[in-house]
Amino acid sequence: MNVFIEALVIFLLLAGSGFLMVGSIGLARLPDFFTRLHAPTKASTLGIGGVLIASSLYFSVELPGLSVKELVITLFLFITAPITAHMMSKAAMHHQRKPIERTRNMDLMKPARRRKAPVDNQNPKSS
Amino acid sequence: MTRFLPHPLLSLVLLVVWLLLNNTIAAGHILLGGILALVIPLLTTPLQKNHPPLRRPLLAVKYLFVLMWDIILSNIEVAIQVMGPLRKLTPGFIAVPLDMTADLPITLLASSISLTPGTVSVEVSKDHQWLYVHVLNLKNEAETIQSIKQRYEKPLKEIFAC
Repeated sequence: MNVFIEALVIFLLLAGSGFLMVGSIGLARLPDFFTRLHAPTKASTLGIGGVLIASSLYFSVELPGLSVKELVITLFLFITAPITAHMMSKAAMHHQRKPIERTRNMDLMKPARRRKAPVDNQNPKSS
Repeated sequence: MTRFLPHPLLSLVLLVVWLLLNNTIAAGHILLGGILALVIPLLTTPLQKNHPPLRRPLLAVKYLFVLMWDIILSNIEVAIQVMGPLRKLTPGFIAVPLDMTADLPITLLASSISLTPGTVSVEVSKDHQWLYVHVLNLKNEAETIQSIKQRYEKPLKEIFAC
């Protein structure tokens, strides 16, 4: 195999697994449910994306014919990942999970739960 | 024509995905994929709502590339935030006013927001006027809302012409 392609595959694998690890560390470190949700859903996009592109590149070079299955997997992942994240954050919101103290605009959670428009910030009552 | 092929684009996508999944362009698979691409849209048509038509396909391709670039950039940003001192993080909720009401563009906007790291869309108001978003590190509220509207909502509005 070409040295250049080999280096590219190694780089993509390392970068991909690096982002996946950061995602897992974030899941363990971040303080509350809503912030925790950010780490794993995001790691899956770039981390798994990198690993899949590396796999596609490697098998396209090693085996006869292009290997494009990975692109379909990436596509499915990009369709399903945001929906999962949305369903989990929505469930947390409706179960009245408490975000950590320093979260800004916590008053927005109430209208969001009722699926109503937020109370106007210019409202003299709120200021 | 429309009776047998209600969604030509969907049929084409189904055929291409079938061939990609099987990783082949053998005649047998093209035939089988073609039959599936004809039958599945016919069976699922009653389930579908009317979506605004795709007006600017080229802009949609550009949007895809902008989105990918943003995912890479903000992934690095979130990685730094996650590994750095957590005490500095100020998470927060924002309410983004929406200029479009159709289901499909709002779904795409919400998915784009969730895919780009640092933001997760949480809920949409019943009247489709507001999108609630959780931000991992909220520094400038007005600026974040403006960048979401400018970067994602504006092109989506143009793509679907709604």
